[in-house]
Amino acid sequence: MSFDIPFLSLLVWAPILGGVWVLYAGDRQAGTVRHLSLTISVIVFALSVLAWLRFDTNTAAMQFVEFVPWIEAFRINYHLGIDGISLPLIVLTTFTTVLVVLAAWDSVESRIAQYMAAFLILEGFMNGVFAALDAILFYFFWEAMLIPMFLIIGVWGGPRRVYATIKFFLFTFLGSVFMLVALLYLYSQAGSFYILHLHDLPLSLTAQKLIFISFLLAFSVKVPMWPVHTWLPDAHVEAPTGGSVILAAIMLKMGGYGFLRFSLPITPDASLAFADLMIGLSLVAIVYIGFVALVQHDMKKLIAYSSVSHMGFVTLGFFMAFFVQQETGAIMGMEGGLMQMISHGFVSGALFLCVGVLYDRIHSREIKDYGGVVNTMPQFAALMMLFAMSNSGLPGTSGFVGEFLVILGSFQARPWIAFLAATILVLGAAYTLWMYKRVIFGDVANENVAELQDLTAREQLFLGLLAVAVLAFGLWPAPLFDVMHASIQNLYEHMLQSKVIP
Amino acid sequence: MNPAEHMESVYLGVVLAPLAGSIVAGLFGRVIGRAGAHWVTILAVGISTVLSLIAWKHIVWDGNDPYNGTVYTWLAAGDLNLQVGFLIDRLSVTMMVTVSFVSWMIHIYTIGYMHDDPGYQRFFSYISLFTFAMLMLVMANNFVQLFFGWEGVGLLSYLLIGFWFKRESAIFASLKAFLVNRVGDFGFVIGIAAVLMYFHSLDYDTVFGLAPTMADVKIQVLAGTDWSLMSFICICLFIGAMGKSAQFPLHVWLPDSMEGPTPISALIHAATMVTAGIFMVARMSPLFELSDTALSMILVIGAITAFFMGLIGLVQNDIKRVVAYSTLSQLGYMAVALGASAYAAAIFHLVTHAFFKALLFLAAGSVIIALHHEQDMRKMGGLYRYMPITWATALVGSLALIGFPGTAGFYSKDAIIEAVHTSHLWGSGFAYAAVLSCVVITALYTFRLFFLTFHGKERMDRHTWEHLQESPAVVTVPLTVLAIPSLIAGMFLVGPMLFEGYFREAIYVAPAHDVLGEMGAHYHGVFGFTLHAFQSAPVVYLAFAGVALAWLMYIKYPQVPGQVAERFSLLYRILLNKYGMDDFNQAVFAGGTRRIGQAFWQLGDVRVIDGVLVDGTAAAVRWFSGVVRTVQSGYLYDYAFAMIIGLLLMLALFVHQLF
Repeated sequence: MSFDIPFLSLLVWAPILGGVWVLYAGDRQAGTVRHLSLTISVIVFALSVLAWLRFDTNTAAMQFVEFVPWIEAFRINYHLGIDGISLPLIVLTTFTTVLVVLAAWDSVESRIAQYMAAFLILEGFMNGVFAALDAILFYFFWEAMLIPMFLIIGVWGGPRRVYATIKFFLFTFLGSVFMLVALLYLYSQAGSFYILHLHDLPLSLTAQKLIFISFLLAFSVKVPMWPVHTWLPDAHVEAPTGGSVILAAIMLKMGGYGFLRFSLPITPDASLAFADLMIGLSLVAIVYIGFVALVQHDMKKLIAYSSVSHMGFVTLGFFMAFFVQQETGAIMGMEGGLMQMISHGFVSGALFLCVGVLYDRIHSREIKDYGGVVNTMPQFAALMMLFAMSNSGLPGTSGFVGEFLVILGSFQARPWIAFLAATILVLGAAYTLWMYKRVIFGDVANENVAELQDLTAREQLFLGLLAVAVLAFGLWPAPLFDVMHASIQNLYEHMLQSKVIP
Repeated sequence: MNPAEHMESVYLGVVLAPLAGSIVAGLFGRVIGRAGAHWVTILAVGISTVLSLIAWKHIVWDGNDPYNGTVYTWLAAGDLNLQVGFLIDRLSVTMMVTVSFVSWMIHIYTIGYMHDDPGYQRFFSYISLFTFAMLMLVMANNFVQLFFGWEGVGLLSYLLIGFWFKRESAIFASLKAFLVNRVGDFGFVIGIAAVLMYFHSLDYDTVFGLAPTMADVKIQVLAGTDWSLMSFICICLFIGAMGKSAQFPLHVWLPDSMEGPTPISALIHAATMVTAGIFMVARMSPLFELSDTALSMILVIGAITAFFMGLIGLVQNDIKRVVAYSTLSQLGYMAVALGASAYAAAIFHLVTHAFFKALLFLAAGSVIIALHHEQDMRKMGGLYRYMPITWATALVGSLALIGFPGTAGFYSKDAIIEAVHTSHLWGSGFAYAAVLSCVVITALYTFRLFFLTFHGKERMDRHTWEHLQESPAVVTVPLTVLAIPSLIAGMFLVGPMLFEGYFREAIYVAPAHDVLGEMGAHYHGVFGFTLHAFQSAPVVYLAFAGVALAWLMYIKYPQVPGQVAERFSLLYRILLNKYGMDDFNQAVFAGGTRRIGQAFWQLGDVRVIDGVLVDGTAAAVRWFSGVVRTVQSGYLYDYAFAMIIGLLLMLALFVHQLF
């Protein structure tokens, strides 16, 4: 097969160059900037869909591979390629960026060009993370991604944005530094930064354990796993709507992606050794954070905690696979975890956009400042009901699929894991619907609510697109599983092979 | 097209028609207007009813083989294929006809009940969507689709209880209903997980086929405990049924659900959704038959529900709440029948109950409209003069509910009581005593309602009294149509359904549990069955006694109830407080989870993680940088620089230790 278009380079560099162009156009031409940003993001999204259509679902091999030597002295290459694990995440990234551009249309008042540019550049870096096959290239994108996000929160954020950005930066940067050490060590052993080579590199158990912990520090902060999750609520609360959406929908997935691409295949024996710990931390996230979410009075904090709790299913799904006797159950858990990543992208993004819609009107995120919104915004209430239900894991919506598979799979690992994980059925519904009840239902609570205007055409568009996604992947998730299946199968086989040097 | 393909489109039509109706009414409600919304949904559910009847004829009348086929593959993970598909056999067609028919009547009735409500189109959209979800549930051929329908009806129940979203009590009740159901679903999902683990499939066909080989398998859910696999699965599944079918102690949501509009109390919280749990257990009979433990548990839980919820019905003054408690009690009867392995009797009672309970709710609704949304029976009375059709149909419903000989309820309830009597399972003695004594209670609260509403002194205010009139035809026609099966369905169905193998392979009963078979040996036609009830069992006389007692207390000596309440004030207050369960749940579960959440948040996140670890580290860094004056700037790049130095140090350590 030969591919005439360098899809992946385009997916990485088109938004970055587009972002620079937008920056150059400047704030004075706000109208042009908006249309330009939208056009760029739609084209990039279309490219990713085209890549999906031309993607061969029968193989676990990397596709659309591009290879150019970069720093030959250290054998660092510009090496891109995607498989069934990265493709869905890239499509999710490009789709979410379109929504973020739409959401920022006229709700961002200051420095619109820089705002749009930051998101477009961020999109390129994020695609780079998912497409990189060279560890250093990966690390480059991984760290580069922090800069636009740092600016987005720091410039367009809320009153405590300085505290939030520093906390965000230090948590994530501190984590990823350890990853770099591990990568350099791996290079010293393998003589290559090619990730697939690292997958086959034999390592002693001690080395594996140290590498696993280094990776864990980087990835667990991103997921985020308990107890390194506390930067997330702060970052979300201070971030502008678009920042929250990208943070929740894409950046949290970097951690899960890291486990799939690095920890599990490079250090399978250490992953097995630490699986108990990982499952334990995942369950703490699901249950403990579920309780914490229940008592939040800030909507964004509530959704942020809900994200931590839902992301617990991702790590649970990956690591419980070690304890399942039957292959089907293990694959189910891992695919469920990946599905949960995609679905959480839609659902948490949608919920943050919903909060943004309300915030644009009343400038409050406090639940108590609302009540009876359905009376003045019935369309909004209907759409938010769908997203709330998906967050509660209702069958027929995307939120159900991953959770269900992970619960079914983890029962096969150990029944008590499933008991604890299944508490999300009650807790998830409780915190989501209780918030919904207090914000949306009831009589009109105050004058602000009485004066609310229902969704504009633009808001209908981006929430409507998400509603379609949530329903489509809930009613027919099969196509997504077709894409990921070969790659997950391959990964699972890697996980089972011991790499320990005798 | 060959006939099989022909029937496939019929089955698809049954579910897709209400879905389409709902989408049109929901999304284009404003375009098509109020009349448009009710026409499109009534037409859709009408189509569904007719197609269900065609399916019923095809399977039951013409005696064709069951249909089991896939519509599409929902998801394939590993070797596991999860599909959306239909199993159309004698059990599912019976449910399809009942659900679509009752739903159709209630659609028509809604025109009258909701005619001046601003959410008219939304309401029709919801009840049509509900019909779709319920049909998906009963037609499923696998556990995942069952769960899809299961949660779908739960969602619609939530939306419809909270339909009047400005009322605090309504939105509280809807949230409560959803969450209590989720507690049941917790068990249900675990049950499904266990089925998948040991049967490697979630298709009914495969699972039921393998079930007998699993009868003696023991599992260790917690280390060191040996549990029977089948008991574990069945109890987990039944916990799901306890939520949906409102069995003690997960019944608490159902009385509160009466905050919703009356048509949905009839459709969802009496005739169809709440019977989903009963249906599910009957569907899973090949599994439940393998666990005496689970059957005994069902017997006991059902008996508790039947008896104790019936008692609460005696002291309620809200007309809808009395009917709601009677629904709880009747659901208890159905559960008892399941526990006694008389699945056919449970489904029989489910069908007759769907008719007469929908009828009673709609009659109550008719009264409520006439009295301008007054629901307190203390402000009613003497309505038979003004509302003859409502009165007559309510009488039919009440007689069927108490099991008056000849009515539909008589046959189904008598069969259950007899079946429990015949059963030898642990707990059947207790269950028999409970359901038998509950006959008096049923008759008493039913006729208390009937007399307080339609007879005796007219206690409404003058303004209401002046406007009293019979409800319009859209209300009375469904009442009349439902009254017919409430009256006669029993005598036609009792023989075939219970004793002549109506369900065939759709329901499996182990030979040792076959109580209906034992009863069938003495069955000699409807007339004999009716006569037998007079001769041997006290059931009929107990019902008569209950009615007589109601007449004495509420017509002849209306001062007596107050005196009784005073005399037994402790008991009265216990009943009025519903055994204190609501207060208990509110304080312990709702309050407890909030306190735990608060503690986790404030202590765990804010104090320990952020306070000690994060800010503590920051403080340590400040202290450290205070010592090392040179990196004290506080700028980010200094921290980053420090990190990079640390990084190089670590790298050195790493390389040296491990080489």
